Amino acid sequence: MEQTAQDQSTGLYTEDMTLSVGPQHPSTHGVLRFVVKTDGEVISEALPDVGYLHRSIEKIGEKVTWHGYVPYTDRADYLAAMFANQAFCMAAEKLAGTEVTRRGEFCRVIACELNRLASHLISVGTFGQDIGAMTPFVHALRERETINNLMEEICGARLTYNYVRIGGVGYDILPETCARILEFLDHFEPIVDEFNRLLSGNKIFIERLAGVAVISKEEALSYNLVGPNLRACGIKWDIRRDIPYSVYPELEFDVPIGTGQVGVVGDSYDRYWVRIRELHESCNILRQCLKMMPKGPAIAKVARKFRPPVGECYARVEAPRGDMGFYVLSDGSEYPYRVRIRTGSYTAMSIIDKLSKGIMVADLVALIGSLDVDAPEIDR
Amino acid sequence: MQAPEIYARLEKQFAGRVGDFKGDVLEPYLSVDASNIVDVCRFLRDGADLNFQVLSDQTAIDWPKEEKIQLVYHLYSYVQHHQIVLKVDLSRDNPRINTVEGLWKVANWFEREIFDLFGVVFDGHTDLRRILLPEDWVGHPLRKDYIEQEEYDGISTQRAPLVEKLLR
Amino acid sequence: MKPLINSLPETVFTTKVDDLLNWGRASSQWYMLFGLACCAIELMQTGGPRADLDRFGAVPRATPRQSDLMIVAGTLTYKMAKRTKLLYDQMPDPKYVISMGSCANCGGLFQLAYSVCKGVDKIVPVDVYVPGCPPRPEALTEGLLRIQDKMMREKWLVRSKPRDEAALEA
Repeated sequence: MEQTAQDQSTGLYTEDMTLSVGPQHPSTHGVLRFVVKTDGEVISEALPDVGYLHRSIEKIGEKVTWHGYVPYTDRADYLAAMFANQAFCMAAEKLAGTEVTRRGEFCRVIACELNRLASHLISVGTFGQDIGAMTPFVHALRERETINNLMEEICGARLTYNYVRIGGVGYDILPETCARILEFLDHFEPIVDEFNRLLSGNKIFIERLAGVAVISKEEALSYNLVGPNLRACGIKWDIRRDIPYSVYPELEFDVPIGTGQVGVVGDSYDRYWVRIRELHESCNILRQCLKMMPKGPAIAKVARKFRPPVGECYARVEAPRGDMGFYVLSDGSEYPYRVRIRTGSYTAMSIIDKLSKGIMVADLVALIGSLDVDAPEIDR
Repeated sequence: MQAPEIYARLEKQFAGRVGDFKGDVLEPYLSVDASNIVDVCRFLRDGADLNFQVLSDQTAIDWPKEEKIQLVYHLYSYVQHHQIVLKVDLSRDNPRINTVEGLWKVANWFEREIFDLFGVVFDGHTDLRRILLPEDWVGHPLRKDYIEQEEYDGISTQRAPLVEKLLR
Repeated sequence: MKPLINSLPETVFTTKVDDLLNWGRASSQWYMLFGLACCAIELMQTGGPRADLDRFGAVPRATPRQSDLMIVAGTLTYKMAKRTKLLYDQMPDPKYVISMGSCANCGGLFQLAYSVCKGVDKIVPVDVYVPGCPPRPEALTEGLLRIQDKMMREKWLVRSKPRDEAALEA
């Protein structure tokens, strides 16, 4: 029972209350819990409590075969399932020295960038809903339905794809699907401008976010933020550009960073704005890939009982929430010895405790939404 | 800078106190002793031309046959575009090591996860408690000899009989 | 005297009290947002523009005190199980539970996991199981319609047996 500082001036006796935000809460982006000590408006401490979705995916990696583990990687981040598939398959291929077919690489990039669009749509849609704007969320869901249809044509599933396999991709992308993707892109790019008119230029939105929860460059590096969170602080780091993999060296795209146009560099608005610009960049990449796609087989010949040699390997991809790394260790048998998944949301959660001292409860919601944390990535 | 050069710099600085370097594998790594880990990491982070500003990943591997738990640190530098992997061997019965939380704040959460799933104790950590599993969980699941408990909190962990046969 | 039925066609209709009450309840099932994992995204999509749940009167509510349907969408872990029971107890009667997806039905593909509860029916009684991983919006809509059928079969005016027994017979 502590007396807060203002009491001494007024002589009234108050104490902080301990609120539990979550685990079931409409704006915690999955099952996350925050133990918040507040005096009603200003937070003095917000401790994250995670683990409500710990599905022991890393331990399961030691019990199923290499090929059989790919569906589990889908669930490591269900909003960016293609990226997790790809990272695992890249690690396994690097270990075994398997070469992926060129058409397979292009199919992977197309599927991944479509998935990035879908993930960023959910991210900005739910962020708008947390701040209070209900309509853009429904618009984002409508666009996402078209993307789900396209993904269903490509691989048969709407959410957890199991599409990227060791050696290539599971199914080839047909020419009709490519035509439909182009149609969708022509329809989608004006929609982003409509979205911007609804949300990004909205005065209330800007007032709520400008200058809130600013992260400096040193903090971002010390807390190992990755992805759009890192780029919003002004550091130009993108795995597709700096540790290139797949066919990204042949594609031209820009890496947007935060410029503090409405507030300070590294505030919540910057993190949101980087994601909107990445939507445009992904459309750009998709158009280039569809033009450059070669003919050939979609998957290389890989043994059914996949036995990579003894060794270890670390593969990274640029997932929508940052750099997703898979560290796999093989002991020569059909089952991996250790699979470690390193995700961007886990480290983003670690900074919330420090940033939340002294901000208001409504700003905490803006902070969690702008960092785009995702429960399955944290808990795996 | 490539990994052998980084090793050469470290050898010069810590003459003899840095362990073996394995360079001919996919991910070249450097074995470090548990007592020197904080000094080595501080030199890697602050040394000129090294600039390992980021602790990219910190994890552990259980080797019951060799009776050790191996900690793995992946360090990365955005400025210099190079990386290094450090490995530390700890005894399986009482794994303890100093924390690197003072150097990279993210180590706080990485080390809590390793404590939760492997049982490694980090000396000097500000808040070492379980993070992914409930507070009253018994055992450290990612160890190879972990046996599941019969029930938790009144809920039985029984599975369908067909699945019990598949469990390795 | 003339029978009452069909004598005042445009302004009066006759029905049973049970049917009227059940029709009112079934056409306005307010579900609690209990999305845990991947199925939560499909739940959001089902509530979204194309496969709309709002046309059945089903509105999402964040609080259990104002909802009469709990859609458990996603994997239940042991850490979450106690809170699930707490939320179920906070819902007012009569309440229903839809178990959405494989993970909520039986543990799904996480049979080998140490921290996953193999089925939400170990914690709360379930009325309708919707299979799928994740189920399509059409499947979840079918699940909602089955709950509507279940609601229409219930009797309120003259209740000789407790509700659970009557439901088992239906």
